[in-house]
Order: sequence, then structure tokens, then C-alpha cells
Amino acid sequence: MKLSDIVKILDAEVLTPEVNLDKEVPCAFASDLISDILMCTKEPTLLLTGLTNQQVIRLADMIDIVGIVFVRGKKPPAEVVEMAKERNLPLICTKNTMYRSSGLLFNAGLRSCRI
Amino acid sequence: MLDYAVAESEMAEYWYIRPGYEKAVQKHFENQQEPEVSLESLIREKDFNEAGKGSAEVKNVLKRLGVNPEILRRIAVAAYEAEINVAAHSLGGAMLSHIYPDRIHMIFMDNGPGIADIEQAMMPGFSTADEMVRELGFGAGLGLPNIKKNTDALHIVSESGDSTMLEFLVFFNKNGQ
Repeated sequence: MKLSDIVKILDAEVLTPEVNLDKEVPCAFASDLISDILMCTKEPTLLLTGLTNQQVIRLADMIDIVGIVFVRGKKPPAEVVEMAKERNLPLICTKNTMYRSSGLLFNAGLRSCRI
Repeated sequence: MLDYAVAESEMAEYWYIRPGYEKAVQKHFENQQEPEVSLESLIREKDFNEAGKGSAEVKNVLKRLGVNPEILRRIAVAAYEAEINVAAHSLGGAMLSHIYPDRIHMIFMDNGPGIADIEQAMMPGFSTADEMVRELGFGAGLGLPNIKKNTDALHIVSESGDSTMLEFLVFFNKNGQ
């Protein structure tokens, strides 16, 4: 599944239009806890989260995050979007809840990351 | 396996050595070898805009040195958790990274106020994080357990009301060979 497919499935808004959405997404993980995200991400992973602070982008410096979906209609501040652009990290925003977003992607065939 | 906490009246100490790494860890502390590269960065109290930068810098250096990606991930996760711990729980401090050809030794020192009970702090889910820290997605009580899980040796010395020193070792090859 590609990031561009995920945008369609989640009826989402792309916050980083300059970043390529052709990237292949192998799996996903959803959490609002930073330690959980660090512990569970061992392969290239799409992150679904309600966290919108700078540390979410810093996470992508430590582990292999292929893109971030902000759920529940949350939008990160401009400086966070800037940090993502610098890292070529795609940011997507959806009004769906974390549960519904995960369900929609899972039903479309996107597997959970191996923990 | 060494995994115990020594609690005295004012000072507490914790040691963990991953089984199979006892000799390599002992050799590291006995030999006092000169590191190939050393990096230092400051960690400010509650500065969650900058926290994590020091760990990212270390990761980039190790990546350039060609460290295996899985080992690199373990070091990055442990370093980041430790850096966040200093920012979230202390009055500020510093991190020091010594890189050797076969391992990294990272040391985190802060200006207090110390960990009252290290054994309790090592328990997954135990947290003293305040509301502000939790709102940012931290404070799950998994920081120290996550550091232990990703390192080959972990040593913490803390005095209640005083500073904390946390250091860890990660070897680039299995069993530190």
C-alpha cells in the first residue's frame, strides 16, 4: 500500500505536499505513548497518533517512521510541519479517530508492525 | 546474571549486565581505553523542543561509522529515553558519549533531585511524571525498562535529594567480541 492510497482511505489532508507520497508503506502502529512507539517500531512503519508536539518528529530521527497520520482531526503547529519537511517525512491529518483509522487501514490490507 | 539494587540510607545503586556480556563489560571498566570519538551535549530541564537532539547526533555519527542498523536502533532508543528522562525529571544535566571501535559508552548526569527508589523506578508502568510531561506522550513508566531492554550493561547511581548518574554500554558485535 502506498501513502497516496492511505490518504484516500482515511479521507485525509496532506500537510507536507512537497513530500513524495509514492513511498510504499509495509505496516503500521498506533499509539499516543512515546515509549510504546519506540519499543514497538523495529521496521519501516507508518505511525498513527494524536500527539502533535516536536518530539513526534524527533522520534523519526531514532526509529524508521515512513510517515505520520494525525488522528481525531489534530493538527501539528507550523514548526512541527517544518521539521518534518526538513526530514522529508510525510504528514497526513484525518478527522477519523485512531480506532476507526486503524480499522479502515487494516481492512484495506495494511498489517500491524511486528512487535 | 547481575541484576540487583543496593539501597542504603542516602545512596542507591543499580546494575544490570546482559547475560553473556559479563567479561566484555568488566574489560571495558578495567582497561580505561581512550575512545575514538567523544561527544557531549547539554540537556535542559523541561526543554522538550531540544531534547532528543543529542541522541540524534550520536545516531548520525554511528551511522556514518557503519554500525549495524539493528544495533543502531537499540542505541538510539536507549539514548533518547535517557535524554528525555533527564529533561523530564531532573533540573537539567548533560550527556556524554564515548565511541570505541566495538562499543559505545553513554553517560547521563543531572543536577538532581535524585531517584528515591531505583528498584521501583525500574518497574514497567511506575512513573512520577507530571501532567505536562504526560500530555506530551511521556510518563508511561517505560523509560528505564526500555533502556535496560536495549543495552548490554546499565548502571545507575543516585542519591535522594542529589544527582543521578546513568551509564550504559552497547557492543556492536554479539557478546562484545
